[in-house]
Amino acid sequence: MKAVITVVGKDRSGIIAEVSMLLYRGGVNIEDISQTIMQDLFTMIMMADISEATMPFEELKDALDKLGERLGVEIRIQLEDIFNSMHRI
Amino acid sequence: MLNPFEITETLNMIRGEHLDVRTITMGISLLDCVDSDYKRACEKVYDKITRLAGSLVKTGEDIEKEMGIPIVNKRISVTPISLICASCGHAVDFAKALDAAAQTVGVNFIGGYSALVAKGYTDSERDFIDSIPEALSTTSLVCSSVNVATTRAGINMDAVAHMGRIIKETSRRAMIGCAKLVVFANAVEDNPFMAGAFHGVGEGECVINVGVSGPGVVKCALEKVKGENLGVVAETIKKTAFKITRMGQLVATEASKRLNVPFGIVDLSLAPTPAKGDSVAYILEEMGLESCGGPGTTATLALLNDAVKKGGVMASSYVGGLSGAFIPVSEDAGMIQAAKSGFLSLEKLEAMTCVCSVGLDMIAVPGTVSAETVSGIIADEIAIGVTNNKTTAVRIIPVEGANVGDVAEFGGLLGAAPVMAVNPASCAEFIRRGGRIPAPLQSLKN
Repeated sequence: MKAVITVVGKDRSGIIAEVSMLLYRGGVNIEDISQTIMQDLFTMIMMADISEATMPFEELKDALDKLGERLGVEIRIQLEDIFNSMHRI
Repeated sequence: MLNPFEITETLNMIRGEHLDVRTITMGISLLDCVDSDYKRACEKVYDKITRLAGSLVKTGEDIEKEMGIPIVNKRISVTPISLICASCGHAVDFAKALDAAAQTVGVNFIGGYSALVAKGYTDSERDFIDSIPEALSTTSLVCSSVNVATTRAGINMDAVAHMGRIIKETSRRAMIGCAKLVVFANAVEDNPFMAGAFHGVGEGECVINVGVSGPGVVKCALEKVKGENLGVVAETIKKTAFKITRMGQLVATEASKRLNVPFGIVDLSLAPTPAKGDSVAYILEEMGLESCGGPGTTATLALLNDAVKKGGVMASSYVGGLSGAFIPVSEDAGMIQAAKSGFLSLEKLEAMTCVCSVGLDMIAVPGTVSAETVSGIIADEIAIGVTNNKTTAVRIIPVEGANVGDVAEFGGLLGAAPVMAVNPASCAEFIRRGGRIPAPLQSLKN
């Protein structure tokens, strides 16, 4: 099962490190990362495999929410299906 | 592989443009709950709904979390109760059973306190319709609808006259009741939207229907093609509607799989909410109107409605319900503004309903308007549906003690409606005639 993790917010040091560490602890394998500055906002998109995740999706989501609050950025985790359904026939 | 642009586009739709799935509605047949003992029948109704819809809300919330897409409402529609209580009466007890079941499973609304009387009514259906004001004033989640006409049968004018009185009485008991009561022509059996949802007798045991939304997304897409010709506008709406509908299809199939209930239809409607930026009126204005309600409004709405269907229809395996742009006045910030500023009149709204879904929706009028005039407004709107072979509906709210220009507050998704002026010329004699308007000719169309 694949998920897309997006981080949007003001750039600061350690965002990638902290998000990656949380995902690593949760047994999530990051397969691809792209990062850019869009409309002055730091935007990071991660594609990840969550089939081996050691925590339920909801806990992972809550943990990322909390981390986002602490870092002052918005972090979302969504199943890849929503993007595929919209952009692929 | 998805590219960052695509991911960002979807995210922006959800974060900034109010993209959501408006409703997952579970349709439940209650035909097997019929019993000559009304208490026993009500028990069966409660048990069946709570059994089948027990995990509807939880499933909706799970999908919402995992996909990251808001699913605003989880609802239930049931077989028209006039059929279920025909042999035992006590219709209001059925409304209470529906309300209790809806509270237990935690849904936002339950629809189907309904009667289908397009050609005539049975004695029990007449009693049933009389019970609507009490049913709506003693429950909180129950929605009611009455189908008074079809293109095949014509218009049951006795029922139209009856509904004028019922709407007045409902409003007298509690204004909010009228927001949960719809009068239909050509009602559809698989509509997931309230207040007009019911589970038709042609439907299966249990089914999942999904209503998508996204006026804000269409508006934002049109901002990017400012000044381009209307062919480009139509294409842009089609592409956007396709994307929105694909998401609705995903949610519908996922809900169907998780609940082990067959997928029915996706309803391709643009349903506004009072939130700023989630308005159908703003889309029309983005096309170049100074205000919704002015000249050009019907044409822009026709373009929008058609393009939404064309874009959406390929994106879903089954399309149904009402499928079109909704224009509920109280639920649309742009419509509210247009009505307040005097650009949008009742007559213009009626014209707009000729080219879109669904009808005169959430319109507040002064409480002094007579029952016959309410029936006259209904008759006009229903005639549009019957003659044009489409669904039309009236959800009108006479507001006691209010004058034109006052604002009636309903709260939440139902919003607030400016009280609109009604033409004072009487139609009482016409309404009192009763009888049926014959079915219209559907050939020799030149």
